[in-house]
Amino acid sequence: MSEIAAWGIFLAPLASFALIALVIRPFFNRCDRLSGYVTVLAMVVSLALSVGALQAVMAGDGKPLEWRAESLGLSVGPLTFIPGVYLDPLTAVMVVVVSLVSLMVQVYSLGYMKDDPGYSRYFAYMSLFTASMLGLVLARNLLQLYVFWEMVGLCSYLLIGFWYNRPAAAAAAKKAFLVTRLGDFGFLLAILYLFFHQGVFAVQGMNALEIPDIHEAARTGLLATGVVTWVALGVFVGAMGKSGQFPLHTWLPDAMEGPTPVSSLIHAATMVAAGVFLVARMFPLYEASSAAMNTVAIIGGFTALFAATMGLVANDVKRVLAYSTISQLGYMMMGLGVGAYGAAIFHLLTHGLFKCLLFLGVGSANHATGTFDMRYMGGLRKRMPVTYVTFLVAALSLAGVFPLAGFWSKDEILAAAFHGGSAVSLVVFLMGAAAVFLTAVYIFRAVFMTFHGEFRGGAETDPMPPPGEHHVHLAESPWVMVAPMVALAVGSVVAGFLMNPVAPLWGLGIAPAHWLSEFLEGHAVGMDLGVAGLSTLLAASGIGLAYLLYGARRVSPDAVAQRVRPLYTLVSRRYYFDELYEEYVVTRVWYQGLCNALEWVDRNIVDGFMDFVGWQGRNWGAGIARLQTGQLQLYGVVFASGIIVIMAAFLLWG
Amino acid sequence: MEPSVVTEAVTWQGTGLLSATVLLPLAGAIFIALFLRERRLVRGFALVVITVDLLLSLLVFALYDSSEGGYQLVDRFANWIPFLKAEYHLGVDGISAPLVLLAGLLGAAAVWASWHIEERAKEYFMWLLVLQTAVMGVFTSLDFLLFFIFWELELVPMFFLISVWGSGRREYSAMKFLIFTLTGSAFMLVGILVLYFSAGTFSIVELTATAEAAKLLIPAGLVFAFLFVGFAIKLPVWPLHTWLPDAHTDAPTAVSVMLAGVLLKMGGYGIIRINVAMFPDVTRDIAWLLATLGVINVLYGAMVTLRQTDLKRLVAFSSISHMGYVLLGVASLGTVGLTGAALQMFTHGTITGLLFLLVGLVYDKAHTRHIGDLGGLASRMPFVASVFLVAGLASLGLPGLSGFVAEVLVFLGAFPVWGLATVLGAFGIVVAAGYILWMIQRCFFGPARERFAHIGDATLVEMIPVVALVAAIVVVGVYPRILTDVLTTGVSEILTASFGLG
Repeated sequence: MSEIAAWGIFLAPLASFALIALVIRPFFNRCDRLSGYVTVLAMVVSLALSVGALQAVMAGDGKPLEWRAESLGLSVGPLTFIPGVYLDPLTAVMVVVVSLVSLMVQVYSLGYMKDDPGYSRYFAYMSLFTASMLGLVLARNLLQLYVFWEMVGLCSYLLIGFWYNRPAAAAAAKKAFLVTRLGDFGFLLAILYLFFHQGVFAVQGMNALEIPDIHEAARTGLLATGVVTWVALGVFVGAMGKSGQFPLHTWLPDAMEGPTPVSSLIHAATMVAAGVFLVARMFPLYEASSAAMNTVAIIGGFTALFAATMGLVANDVKRVLAYSTISQLGYMMMGLGVGAYGAAIFHLLTHGLFKCLLFLGVGSANHATGTFDMRYMGGLRKRMPVTYVTFLVAALSLAGVFPLAGFWSKDEILAAAFHGGSAVSLVVFLMGAAAVFLTAVYIFRAVFMTFHGEFRGGAETDPMPPPGEHHVHLAESPWVMVAPMVALAVGSVVAGFLMNPVAPLWGLGIAPAHWLSEFLEGHAVGMDLGVAGLSTLLAASGIGLAYLLYGARRVSPDAVAQRVRPLYTLVSRRYYFDELYEEYVVTRVWYQGLCNALEWVDRNIVDGFMDFVGWQGRNWGAGIARLQTGQLQLYGVVFASGIIVIMAAFLLWG
Repeated sequence: MEPSVVTEAVTWQGTGLLSATVLLPLAGAIFIALFLRERRLVRGFALVVITVDLLLSLLVFALYDSSEGGYQLVDRFANWIPFLKAEYHLGVDGISAPLVLLAGLLGAAAVWASWHIEERAKEYFMWLLVLQTAVMGVFTSLDFLLFFIFWELELVPMFFLISVWGSGRREYSAMKFLIFTLTGSAFMLVGILVLYFSAGTFSIVELTATAEAAKLLIPAGLVFAFLFVGFAIKLPVWPLHTWLPDAHTDAPTAVSVMLAGVLLKMGGYGIIRINVAMFPDVTRDIAWLLATLGVINVLYGAMVTLRQTDLKRLVAFSSISHMGYVLLGVASLGTVGLTGAALQMFTHGTITGLLFLLVGLVYDKAHTRHIGDLGGLASRMPFVASVFLVAGLASLGLPGLSGFVAEVLVFLGAFPVWGLATVLGAFGIVVAAGYILWMIQRCFFGPARERFAHIGDATLVEMIPVVALVAAIVVVGVYPRILTDVLTTGVSEILTASFGLG
């Protein structure tokens, strides 16, 4: 693995962005098909280099490969900033996931975005999005990571608001940026607090902003526990924003206003995965602080459960998936919080595959029906068999059904929580287990409502279809869209036992047992048959309940909702968090309250006072002007007063 | 107080490069006054002059050798006003060289942006060129009297440019600007005279070395305060900021560009060059006050910005907020924070200059600046919308663009010294994201509107200055070393000489 190849992982999509944004779109927009091909090509290059990087790191037994680009550095007093590439097992796995998922999404987009007038702009943003995420993952310096962290936020802003003519899209984009930036504020403070201790690092010849040095400092106890806790919590606030963890989760469901492949990329491999990655990247800090660990575990476990409840009642299938993502990210955070670092990343990986697939499936269904509202879908099973089967596979994987990918990774997290040995880990285990049941219910509710029963008219009957032109055309999507779905479906089936097999793969020499966990963590996580049995039981009963309510329709969901009306209202109104934030905190208290008051003070008191003084000055000036004849009365006043002061000064001190 | 014997050579020293950079626009203005009448001819000539001046400023910046440091490209004529011992003395160091470049860049952008000026074009371009000489002179003068002359010279063109070619309550705004600045100048003049009568020299270089040690006629703290008020009004520091929104709002586009982009930096430059460098002890004692004022500027400015409904007023108030970071960086009295403060002046100049250019384009075409009336413009003017987004993102501190580098340096430098102030100040970037994105959403996004169906995108002429400023923002954002190496040299010289810090 050479240095150029390592940088190339991130430079390939960046070059694709530059080529599209600076050459193709301004000058050759008639040949905009090129933009799509350039993007796909860049992703292929990235993926190839990423696989090479993974092999190189594995060949070196997980020893990190690193390079520093001195010439791009910055040196200001005690601050030395040198960007670099840090290829450890975590990064090596992440670059492969990111570039693989991105490649699938880009290929799919060739079909999905075919007729969009913003075709080139779309692929420019997508290239930049992938480049930023890869840059984030590869970063060796924390400030460098922060740069790409913000770039990822920017790209999701641009892509969520891609159809900027739609007010809802523009509003959702702004909301996503602002909520995540609130989290970034915490991350920034953590960086500042780390740099505050640069002196301590410098004594050891280390740099407070370089990630390997931070790991070292946390492991050797160079930083006091209190410091480590604050830094870890600040970093986690950033991660909460990006990964949509409670209470910064409200932006993610609204983020559905972008094109569906964008949602797919945001939810599977970029943006939201960045938060989990960041905590994993800074994991030695968390290991050194049990307070930070417990915070991550509780927020994660609670989010897993909390978001799953909202997934139960949403009618927009993309929103169901959004709550699902929040919930699954909660699992990953919970895994990190109970110390199951490898399991959390394993789940990030499998989730990336099946969640990407779920979104592509929804996009395909939308392509045919023109709507995202499940109440107006139904019966797509027969017309779109490939979409149906792949979606079903992904749903089973999400629900954690043996032997699909999601089963293995979710089980590892639950097992780690179960064996965590503290009250906190037991509580989060219970929350996680409850969420398993709810996950199975909401995702199979989506499966039954979308694909089973009779077709209910799509965009033609939907009273509020998404803006734009829609033709209800019930047929399987074109092959460019279907092919990535099939590939991802295969991945969703086999990824679990290929990547982290419970036993050596039948002596085939394909993969040793638990190699991914070993690669990431240095030790294997055992499988717990009891926990696995329990979670399978919960998932199965969840699927059964969904079947009763939405498949066989033995029980009317409306009747159930009627029974628990207050609870149903609370959940379907998303626990009123959007109202609380937007209506009360931001609008009434902040905007109409504090800012308005300050603006009033500025206009009437500060400026009013200045105007008053100025007016007096002018009157005085006019008076003097009458004594003299000149025009430059102001100069006169000024010079006169200046001289008076000088004279006074001479008299007093001279 | 007897003037000592003049020991320096009476003759001219220097290459004349800085003098050319400073005086060329003035010469151009005089030439226009004497020989040119026709509008296109005046415009073309002014463009040539200002473009040459930009090239000269680029040359100045490129020739400044940061490994050597100190004042370079010095032009000196010691016998300028012998009986006052005032010298004609120009030079640039690591702090002023980037500001000369900034003035060159924005001066050119301002003249380019005045392409469509019809009314009294001859006078208009003359005043713009005179303004350019004034700001260049402020950034390069090493003699206090010369500095003050350039400082005052800037007022004349500004007053006329706002009151004649402005809009809205232009006379009121121009007068307000004049009164505020003159009040500040009065205080500054007192400070300068006290220094002169105490130390017997106008030389900024000599005063920097001796001012605080010299026996001053009035306490050093008071001299500091006199000088500071002058600079604080210019920067502007709360609560002396209220002239700025009015002046910006009613000034023509090019003047807003110069005002926000260059003139405010005269205040920040003065604080660093004069207050900090000459009075290190006083600065150290009142650093807490600078930090406090900085935070007030940042948060108060940002919160008032959120309530603005006029595009120009919004950008103007955001400038107050951003200038707070300069104060915060200065208050840190360390290399990182001061470099950040100095860089913030450059980056804010390019970013806000660009925002005012774009607001001007929107106003020219849509004939309104009221945010409530705008909307859906992205479909009509995709170029303006894209660049507006870039400028807005730079303003809210997005990495990869120049504003971020400056702000993060200020934060990194100030946090160890003023922890709470920095945390509060850093919250300003969240608020900034709020007002910038809200503005962009309201003006450019949403469905295209019927009333704007006939407006077009920027023309090629309008694109030229816009593209140049975008390039400056991106280059500094991606490769900040191009400026930080120079700035750090200048900053560490001040810290070493005045504060004894390594």
